[in-house]
Amino acid sequence: MDYEFINDIISLYIEAGILTFRIALLGIVGAVVVGLLCSLIKYYRVPVLQKIVGAYIELSRNTPLLIQLFFLYFGLPKIGIMLSSESCAIWGLIFLGGSYMAEAMRSGLEAVADIQVESGLSIGLTDFQVARYILLPQAITVSVPAFLANIIFLIKETSVFSAVALADLMYVAKDLIGLYYKTDEALLVLVLSYAVILLPISAVFTIAERKLRYAGFGN
Amino acid sequence: MQDLGIKVLFQGRNFIRLLEGLWVTVRISLIAVIISIVLGIVLGMIMTSKNPAIRILTKTYLEFIRIMPQLVLLFLVYFGMTKAFNINLSGETSAIIVFSLWGTAEMSDLVRGALISMPKHQYESGMAIGLNTVQVYKYIIIPQTVRRLVPLAINLVTRMIKTTSLIVLIGVVEVVKVGQQIIESSRLTVPSAALWVYGVIYFLYFGVCYPISLLSAKLEKRWNS
Repeated sequence: MDYEFINDIISLYIEAGILTFRIALLGIVGAVVVGLLCSLIKYYRVPVLQKIVGAYIELSRNTPLLIQLFFLYFGLPKIGIMLSSESCAIWGLIFLGGSYMAEAMRSGLEAVADIQVESGLSIGLTDFQVARYILLPQAITVSVPAFLANIIFLIKETSVFSAVALADLMYVAKDLIGLYYKTDEALLVLVLSYAVILLPISAVFTIAERKLRYAGFGN
Repeated sequence: MQDLGIKVLFQGRNFIRLLEGLWVTVRISLIAVIISIVLGIVLGMIMTSKNPAIRILTKTYLEFIRIMPQLVLLFLVYFGMTKAFNINLSGETSAIIVFSLWGTAEMSDLVRGALISMPKHQYESGMAIGLNTVQVYKYIIIPQTVRRLVPLAINLVTRMIKTTSLIVLIGVVEVVKVGQQIIESSRLTVPSAALWVYGVIYFLYFGVCYPISLLSAKLEKRWNS
């Protein structure tokens, strides 16, 4: 093991890690927004949109992110839509994550008993107030475990972005292996980088999940 | 230009070649799925053990495999093993090793979850009506566990097929690689080939995974009610 070499390359990994983190953040925020919209559309059975959302969810959940990215990055330019690798990565992550988030939130929404909504309406709340004060708070608690698991899943999925020429952690590792043939060092730092990013998140999520489980209603 | 792009798929054996590529992906996932299910069931049963050493060991394995992106695991086996131990593995073998390791971890957690979620009174009631241990397992525990497990395990299969798409990045010639070859060879004659080829690959994956997802959803609905 060449520690001097590790010392030299660590800044490359930090840079790549920050890039990964930034894209993951944007992608996840986008995915949450898309997921929330889709889950509400499915929950309220909005006429035409419901079908479109249903098709989108099936399409996105049953295909790999890598193929989605290849289509965005290599396919779309042929019809004149040019995306940089960064925006490809973000859109890809939103497209993939949106459906996972939608499913997580929909299961939460459906877990809220109908009587809750009916009681809210009967004491004179508007539809919006029912959603804001009764439906969403309970639904969110139920969907938290799936929601947090999705976030970790999406961060892990960012590792395929190197395939569309984004200089993320995998890309740096592959580059170093190719340039210097320092495979052990490059892979060790790669594993450590992902551990540093994901272990704390995973630990915090485990605690959060345990705390929130007791915020359920009626049991 | 775009309206002619689709013809690239029907030139020569292009479409058949794509399907052959898809079969490589599916075959690797199926081998890994079978290994994972067998090892996962065994490991899942081991994980219900109360022995602290076993618990720490299995937990560490599970956490490590789950926290690492599958692509990192592929790199570790494909590039790392060669360098560190001088074992030269082909891309396909590395893929099968990695997906079996990963699938075993996921499967064992499902098995463990299904086993510990079985209420104690199920065992006790069985005993109380005079069944022996084998009968309790055969008629009460295993049928219920299987019903909880099968939809989740089928779900895992689609996840494994989707993740297998990563193997193109360690140089296995599968559907994406074949697609790239087709795009390259028709670069001058059909410039818009990339759009069509990747589009078709996208729907090929969908065609493989969607029926499996449907099956899983259907079984889950039927057995849960």
